[in-house]
Amino acid sequence: MKFHLFECPCLKHVLLGKSGSYTLMAETVSPEFALDESDERTVLRLTGDWTVQHVQDVDDALRALNVSSPLAVDVSDLGKLDTAGAFVIDRTLRAAGSAEEGEPEIIGDHPNATRLIAQIHAVSTPAPESPAQDGSIMALLDRTGRSFMHIASESIATLAFLGETLATCARMLLQPWKLRWTSIVAVMEESGLDALPIITFLSFFVGMVIAFIGATTLKSFDLEIYTVELIGYSELREFGVVLTGIVLAGRTNSSFTAQIGTMKMRQEIDAMQTLGLKPMEVLVVPRVLAMLIMTPVLAFAATLAGIAGGVMVAWLALDINPGVFIVRLRDSVPLDQFWVGMSKAPVFGLVCVLIACRQGLNVGGSVQSLGRATTTSVVQALFSIIAIDALFAIFYMELDI
Amino acid sequence: MSADPIIRIRDLETRFGTHTVHEHLDLDVERGEVLGVVGPSGTGKSVLLRAIVGLKHPSAGSIEVFGRKLDTLGDEERRSLERRWGVMFQDGALFSNLTVRENVMVPMKEHTNLGPKLSAELADMKIRLAGLEPDAGDKFPSDLSGGMRKRAALARALALDPELLFLDEPTAGLDPITAAGFDTLLRQLQKSLGLSVFLVTHDVDTLNAVCDRIAVLGEKKVLAIGTIDELRAFDHPWVQEYFGGPRGRAATGH
Repeated sequence: MKFHLFECPCLKHVLLGKSGSYTLMAETVSPEFALDESDERTVLRLTGDWTVQHVQDVDDALRALNVSSPLAVDVSDLGKLDTAGAFVIDRTLRAAGSAEEGEPEIIGDHPNATRLIAQIHAVSTPAPESPAQDGSIMALLDRTGRSFMHIASESIATLAFLGETLATCARMLLQPWKLRWTSIVAVMEESGLDALPIITFLSFFVGMVIAFIGATTLKSFDLEIYTVELIGYSELREFGVVLTGIVLAGRTNSSFTAQIGTMKMRQEIDAMQTLGLKPMEVLVVPRVLAMLIMTPVLAFAATLAGIAGGVMVAWLALDINPGVFIVRLRDSVPLDQFWVGMSKAPVFGLVCVLIACRQGLNVGGSVQSLGRATTTSVVQALFSIIAIDALFAIFYMELDI
Repeated sequence: MSADPIIRIRDLETRFGTHTVHEHLDLDVERGEVLGVVGPSGTGKSVLLRAIVGLKHPSAGSIEVFGRKLDTLGDEERRSLERRWGVMFQDGALFSNLTVRENVMVPMKEHTNLGPKLSAELADMKIRLAGLEPDAGDKFPSDLSGGMRKRAALARALALDPELLFLDEPTAGLDPITAAGFDTLLRQLQKSLGLSVFLVTHDVDTLNAVCDRIAVLGEKKVLAIGTIDELRAFDHPWVQEYFGGPRGRAATGH
């Protein structure tokens, strides 16, 4: 007869847990086991408390156990037992092959061991093997290909959504009494009027920065007066409208996607459909129309604020009188430049709102998908605005404007 | 069963702004019993549960759990208390960015020294114990039906083999067979683990099958407490209607 004893150094956990423990609760004793091997069968004698707090201490030793003869468990000296302890005991019995046929063999008396082990035995299955990670070059290529196809399918889906939206808008505009004017005005206020302070502020500062850069560079050629042209061209043509687009992409896109996505997540959109309301008409069209109206207004305000920033710097740093600035601006910057800028505004607004609504409607059932959709919405909108602005630049260059 | 109650509430008062939910509420939950809490909607059953586990701060009165007052405990003591109870919320409140198995493993990671392998095995066991298929462990909560989510939530509440289990409407929205299975499971676990259970429910079948005692909330306090038969004899219109109505009679076989 051989006799092994296994002890574990887990007293520190007991001590750590003691300060907050209930006075009536018995103190926990670390779990231990001993193997009692004979010819017919092996008996596993358990002592201490086999609870979730401490079973980890004997887990490795139990896994390493290699028993050839049938295994029985002696629970007569066992302290407390919970489902975690019962699971580990049952797993050991399974591994030894003695639990295959019917009831596991349990010796000794214990208030709940037999019942608990039987209960756990009925529901414990060996953990399935997790599939190995494929880290080869093929996996990288596979992922690259998939992301590329994803970009392609995203672009097509956005274009399809554009088509659907335009068709719905056209249908709605032919029946203006069906339009939801209240929501349109509400969106105009929330995403247009409320965005006005931040957009004008930002644009004002950007105007100042351009004026400073222009002033310091042009001063070395004694051409400070050309700061006026610099401000005029850049603000009218680019910065006013692009800044508006960028602020909208951050502010409006995230809010639209989160609003629609939350509705989707809470099945409000499903409810809408069953009540005969079309999400396209109720949620998307008012936002599209409101943004088509408000983006040019915001861009206009941004342009004015940018020029105002330029005027201030010119006046304070270059001694160009505001009156002189305005006259020169009118004389040397053609009105075309203003129209070039403003022509981009509704396009940017449309792009933002389309991406926002589509991503919102894409949200699934989890909070994570809502977060992902919001991020995607903002990133796609920023990217699209810059890319479309570049296309516009090429387009107008070919037109010689 | 010990003489000291596992939960002792004295003179509790909770309020939302000017609206008082509970006033002078006293309640004891004995060690090893299943206490059902019923009452008309809006009488603060869930608020009481939230107050006991410390999610809602009472404006007056004392709540003792395991003989300790919650609001006087330090962080460390609070943690050691929290690992001795499990809470299952009405809608499951599973973490939606984690799989069911990971959800069950969260309390194990937080409160024990279990290694990843053993805690995954234990989580799988709890998932099956709660009555889910083994493959449910890899799914996300959004892929599960309402009943499955409740079971997953129960598995997470049971993760640390708590001594005290709080259940908020565990059988609401389940089909009768699943609900009956839930009752049996709860009873089995309660017997083999010696659990004390604080159970908020509307389900008369559950009350009858599982609860040792039932507390009726109403008029901002505990109207009556006792076994189902004692309550049937209790003279209060709502209590009479609740247990004497067609559903109540059918469930208790009277």
